Order: sequence, then C-alpha cells, then structure tokens
Amino acid sequence: MIAKAREITFTIMDAIVDAIVIENLSKTYANGVKAVDGVTLKIKQGEIFGLLGPNGAGKSTTVRMLTTLTAPSGGGAQVAGCDIARDPSGVRARIGYVAQASGVDKWATGRENLALQARLMRVPSAEVESRVTRLLQWVRLEEAAQRIVKTYSGGMKRRLDLAMGLVNDPGVLFLDEPTTGLDPETRAALWSDLIRLRKERNLTVLITTHYLDEADRLCDRLAIIDKGKVVVEGTPAELKALIRGDTVSLEVGEEAPRAVDLLRSVAGVLQTLQDGATVIARVEQGATALPVLITALEKSGVAVRSATLGRPSLDDVYMHHTGHRFTGEAAK
Amino acid sequence: MNAFLSDTRHLLIRHLRTTIRIPIWIAVTIIQPVIWLTLYGQLFRRVVEIPGFGAASYIQFLTPGVVIMTALFGSAWAGMGILEDLTDGVMDRMLATPVSRAALITARVLHASVTVTAQSIIILLFGMALGARIPGGLPGFAAILLMGALLGAGFSALSNGLALVTRREETLIAVINFFGLPLTFMSTAFMAADLMPGWIRRIAGANPVNWAVDASRQAMLGGNWSEVVKTCLMLLGFALVSVWISTQAFRAYRRSS
Repeated sequence: MIAKAREITFTIMDAIVDAIVIENLSKTYANGVKAVDGVTLKIKQGEIFGLLGPNGAGKSTTVRMLTTLTAPSGGGAQVAGCDIARDPSGVRARIGYVAQASGVDKWATGRENLALQARLMRVPSAEVESRVTRLLQWVRLEEAAQRIVKTYSGGMKRRLDLAMGLVNDPGVLFLDEPTTGLDPETRAALWSDLIRLRKERNLTVLITTHYLDEADRLCDRLAIIDKGKVVVEGTPAELKALIRGDTVSLEVGEEAPRAVDLLRSVAGVLQTLQDGATVIARVEQGATALPVLITALEKSGVAVRSATLGRPSLDDVYMHHTGHRFTGEAAK
Repeated sequence: MNAFLSDTRHLLIRHLRTTIRIPIWIAVTIIQPVIWLTLYGQLFRRVVEIPGFGAASYIQFLTPGVVIMTALFGSAWAGMGILEDLTDGVMDRMLATPVSRAALITARVLHASVTVTAQSIIILLFGMALGARIPGGLPGFAAILLMGALLGAGFSALSNGLALVTRREETLIAVINFFGLPLTFMSTAFMAADLMPGWIRRIAGANPVNWAVDASRQAMLGGNWSEVVKTCLMLLGFALVSVWISTQAFRAYRRSS
C-alpha cells in the first residue's frame, strides 16, 4: 500500500517537476573566456541526459555551476527543486557529483572514503555503516574495502567514485566524463552499472561525455554543446532522424583531397568531408548513389579501395550542426 | 554549530589517519629533532661560556628552542596537503557536499596542532634524557606544548591560506625557505637575547617564534608564570588572526574557481 502511494506520488512529481531546469546559464571567467554562453535545458526526473561535446565545449563548467562549485555570471538553474544561487546547501544535499578528477582520498580505504562522504552528506550516524556496506557490495568492492585506495586499479577507483556519488541517495547524479581514460572493458562495466542504477532507482543522471558511442548507448536524451552553446537537443534517434540521407565512406588513399573536390560536384551529394584516407559523402539515397560516386571517382583516375554505406551516426549529427568534425580520439 | 563540530571531527580523523599511514613522516618526525638536539647541542656547547649568556647548560637552553623550531617547520608545510587535495579533486568533491566550509580549514589547523604536540613531547623527553631539566614541572611541560600547538596552528593556517591563493607547490616551497630560517634565527632559539645585535632583538620582539621560545624557556624554569600566560594569549591572537586570513583565502579560492 505504501509502495503504491509512493508510486502515485512519483507519477505526480514526474508530471510537475523537472529534475533540472537551466535558464540562460552563462559563465565568463575573469580572463574574459566565455566558457558557457546562455544554456537553456530542461531535464526530467528519472532521465539519463547527456551533454555531448568536444573538450573545451563548456560541459564541465556547466556541471560545476549546477553542482554549486562555480558561480554563474548570468542566468540560473534549479536542481532537484532548489535554486543553485539562493539555496546552494539544498542543492548539495540532494545531488551526487562524480568529477573528472577522481576525488577519492588515496590514503584512505574504500570503506573509510565512503564513511566520511556519508558523514559529510549528513547521513544519520545509525545508517552510515549499513549504507556503506550496501554500496560496497553494489559496486563489487567488498573484498577491496579495507585496502588503501592507492592500491586500486583505475576501474576500481571509478566504481568507488560512483558509490561516493550515491551515498546520500541523491535525486540527481552528475557524472563528468566518467569513462575518460578507462579501458573498453571497464567502460562497458560502468555503462551497465548506470543502466542498472536507472532501473533500480528513479534517479536523474546528467552525464557529460565526448564519446559519441557512449551518448548514443546510454542517454535517453542529449544536447550537443559547442563553444558554450547548445546546438541541438533531443533523443539520439530524433537527432539522427533530423539528418537527411545516408553516409557513404570511400577509402581512396592519398587521393582523398582531390576526391572531396570531385564528389562535391556530383548531383545528389549533400555534404562532403575528408577523414584521413577516407572521403565521406552524405547523399539522399545511399544505395543508388554508391555506384554513381564510385564511377565518378574512377573516371577521374581515383581508385576506390573500399566503400561502406551507413545510416547517419551521432558523428554526422554533430558534423551537421557544428560544421566541424569531432577531433582526435573523440572521433570514434 | 553542531554540523561544524561533527565535520571538523571527521575531517581531523581523516588527516591524522593519513599522517600515520606515511611511515617516512613518522621516521623524520622522531629522527630530525634528535639530530637537532645532539648536533646543535654539541656544536654550540661552549657558547654558554660566553660572558653574559646567562645559562648554565646549553642543552637546557636549546631544548625549548628546538621544540618551537620544530613546531614552526612542522606546520609551515601544512599547505602541501591542501594542494594535494586540490589536484586530486578531493576538495571539489567535498565542496559539492553540505560540509561546513569553516570545518575544512579548522580540521587542517587542528591537525597541525596535534602533530606538533606529538613532536614536542618527543623532543622534550629526549632533551631531558640529554640532561635538560624542567623545574617548572608538569604545568611547565604542558605550557610548552600549548605554545607549540598555538604557534603550529597559526603557521599551518598561513600556509594553507598561501596554498589556496597561489595554488602552486613551488611558491609555497620558496616562501617557506625564504622565511623559515630567518624566523628561527631572529629569535632566542639558539642565542641569548642579551648577546643579539640590537636591531635583531627589535625584530625578534615582533616575531611569534621568539615569543614562543622565550616563554617556553620561562615555563621550563617555572618562574615567571604571568609572562607565560601573556605569551599564550598573544600566540592565541596570532593563531586566530592567521585562521581568519586563511578563511578569507578559502573564500577567494571558491569565488575564483
């Protein structure tokens, strides 16, 4: 009966309250750098929301403002029902924050780290022990619980970080680049932990990432952020549907720059781009355009070594809206 | 207030735990004062023979000096700990919780006082083993510990404040190297006041290290208690002003991040 009542409350809350409301949030640093430039977003209770963008896009600064670590220079936000400027303590008590830098005390054990965090988060004394034990089990660190964190692997440290962020049973969890620098296996494990988390609790997660596949796999909705501004927002499927046509990738070796010029003049090609030894063309109809494109290139003496045809990826969405491609390791 | 006290307690436990888990720290803490006492005790043994020095045994004269000098150097490095927390993201993680902001500084200052007190006890006991006597008895012993702790609180607060403002290890190291030895030598830690040049004696009058050394010597002898009490109050004032400065630095740090 109580469970039922709680369920009803949740549905009512869902209908009324957004977990995070951001209005025209801006940050200009003392040195004149405009890191965040008028971000407006609404994030629903129980949603995994992604802020996707390259390094320096303003993702971390946005999160630092929402977690009360940095004061905004314009605009405002409500997090878990509290205003970040008027009631920062209210915000702090209701959120979990896992920063890019680990933030665990390397000279303390996993258990000691969690217990201190629980105290600072005002968890009632009587509950600290049991809650810490439960979280250690949840992140599979029971066996390492009495070891000093300095001896932990990167993945173990990240799992402890996640547990630290959950110690106060927060309504909103902020994860700033949680998988940067992790090996693929550890990343996958963290993803499944996050999906498990959403299933078990009605938790809102705001995650920043520069990994496109991560945003695609994890997020219910996402916003692409570039140079401090939200470029576009929606579900990964919606965003991809906004992009017309298909993507054709042709491997042409050293001739790539010339191939880009050649393809630009072919009818039906919407956009072209060079990516190393490969040229990428966005076309209306991939299946019919493929032979046309290959013929056009071969006729001008550019040999095509391989060709692939794909539906638009978030990479294409990003390119479409920002006019440039994800750089470096973030590309794939 | 409740939250402040409870946060301070838990953070202090964290700092103390970290300290005892770094074995090299414990080794240096014990060995260094032993070296000071034996080395300087031997090196300057005959200065008591200088007419007008006014003390019969140099180890008797030196022991309170080494206690206070160790309190100074033990606490001046406190800022390194806060820098480590800034780099590791520990500070950000804590600032995103409702933790009392004042407790974050207070716990560090108390931690310096506790470690300085532990060091002072070791030095006093070793000094006694080498022949120093404490006619002031237990009150004298306790007063020396108190003065070391207050001086340590003050310098650790200043060190934390400097670390928060500059956020660079190099700056902290440079400043400590620049001020550490002059503060020690412009006091009566190694040389009797009567034998100092007049201008050094005047500077020493404004030097909290010198207040603590002089009054520790008084407390050791157990004669001039009113002077000891007065110095304790002056050192308390020094500690409070320093803590105030470091909280201002902390506020500036949070505003600028």
